[in-house]
Amino acid sequence: MAIHKVCGIETEYGIVMRGPGESNPVTASSLLINAYVGDLEHSAVAGPKVGWDFEDEMPGNDARGSAVGPASPPEIETHLVNAVLTNGARYYVDHAHPELSTPECADARSVVVWDRAAESILVRSMEAAKRLLPEGHEIVVHKNNSDGKGNSYGCHENYLMDRSVPFGRIVTHATAHFVTRQLFTGAGKIGAEAPGVSAADVPYQLTQRADFFEAEVGLETTLKRPIINTRDEPHADAQKYRRLHVITGDANLAEVATLLKVGTTAIVLAMVEDDFLPREFVFRAPVQAMRKVSHDLTLERPIELVDGSTITALDVQWEELDRARKYAEEHGLEVVGEETGRLVLEHWEAVLTALESDPMTLSDRVDWVAKYRLLQAYRERDGLEWADGRLAALALQYHDLRPTKSLARRVGLHRVTTDEEVERAMSEPPEDTRAYFRGRCLQKWAGSIVAANWDSLVFDVGTEPLRRIPMMEPMRGTRAHVGTLLDACATPADLVEQLSA
Amino acid sequence: MAEREQKRKPAPARQDEEVAEAPPKSGSGEKIKAELDDLLHEIDDVLETNAEDFVRSYVQKGGQ
Repeated sequence: MAIHKVCGIETEYGIVMRGPGESNPVTASSLLINAYVGDLEHSAVAGPKVGWDFEDEMPGNDARGSAVGPASPPEIETHLVNAVLTNGARYYVDHAHPELSTPECADARSVVVWDRAAESILVRSMEAAKRLLPEGHEIVVHKNNSDGKGNSYGCHENYLMDRSVPFGRIVTHATAHFVTRQLFTGAGKIGAEAPGVSAADVPYQLTQRADFFEAEVGLETTLKRPIINTRDEPHADAQKYRRLHVITGDANLAEVATLLKVGTTAIVLAMVEDDFLPREFVFRAPVQAMRKVSHDLTLERPIELVDGSTITALDVQWEELDRARKYAEEHGLEVVGEETGRLVLEHWEAVLTALESDPMTLSDRVDWVAKYRLLQAYRERDGLEWADGRLAALALQYHDLRPTKSLARRVGLHRVTTDEEVERAMSEPPEDTRAYFRGRCLQKWAGSIVAANWDSLVFDVGTEPLRRIPMMEPMRGTRAHVGTLLDACATPADLVEQLSA
Repeated sequence: MAEREQKRKPAPARQDEEVAEAPPKSGSGEKIKAELDDLLHEIDDVLETNAEDFVRSYVQKGGQ
């Protein structure tokens, strides 16, 4: 029986400091996040800020030493910040980018809500930074994955998996899905950067990321990027769980694209656990297949399988959807969230149908189509070649998160969330995972929390020693589980006492 | 898909206000074209100044 597909997204955002003088992206990222944290402390919202506890991630490194002290804006802070927010998210500087990891979510629709909340947090961060910066300076953040000059940065997904499932089985089915889901997960890109491919061959491709994968399976995320990442860091009970860390996806602006990226993957992984996929699609050359699918605007180019036969990406997706429907009938979709699972199946079918008949009708649901439609319209109106700098500027501005500049927010993308729930998710955690416990504790007792990470909170209750509360079960610590307890406890000491009783 | 695009007949040029005031024809080529024209006008207004310089200088450090 498949286990619940707890999931989340971590996005590295593109960042630029505009204005005179030199700038450094690490400094700009730190300033951006510190500005946000400082801004919260001056508002009515409870302070979110604690140091991230690296104990489980980097053994030997005592995170308490790196806990962030009280901020004192308007002084500009540029230290490497690592904050945990009251919505259960982590907001930090990574690889010269601001990165925001959503809290653990129980279904794909929640991921969309907290991913949109993450965008809003970045927007508020830019505004807060602008108030601190000298006149003429501004930090600009893009939600994209490629600068078009050889550099890529990631939008990673995480899925909770049952450790007893053979990893090889995950590799085969997940690879087939990652290669073919690009049809609707792609955020679109002008030109190509894969070795031996020129922009003349590929004026426009479906994804930002496909050109940057060089291996089938591996541990790397920044060099020799693999389609299947083997990082084994469950952030949960390692005897029972594994966390599948997915690095192939594009950062999406279209909510339906994010819903499908996460939702279809969760369903496929649940089917893998229940051994519900009778047919394996083993590609002869998966890395080339990634690019082939991304570079093919006809959506019809066949991919070679190891048995010598061929299949299109669309046909792989149709077969997956077909199995998913049967899976829903026989097993139900509780492990991916029943209601969200049904929503995903509906959108999945509608999107595949449109990809087959008239892909341009997806300009309200799929980023690569929305962007392509826009670029084509400019090409026709102004007679521009694909290599024209004006198109490159438009393509980049599609991903600009500033509300005054964002093109993605002007092209009529379909919503699956509401403004109200996104606004709320900027400070409130999901109620149906352990993120609820983390977020509520930070709302109530940030001052007593010395450090936090995905699977524990460390409290200073005023008496020695510090008390670590482990959260090794991602589906516990929910509102149903601890809501009453948290409401009833007046102090962190009460909480610790109750939990140890 | 590129092929399908080419097969599609270009919609007649929009005649400013008249088309906008005409009764909407759901899904018709003219309506879609008019909407797209409006969108391009809106986008023209928010396009980054010196956008081409900006995109030329847009270099990120590699990440994950």
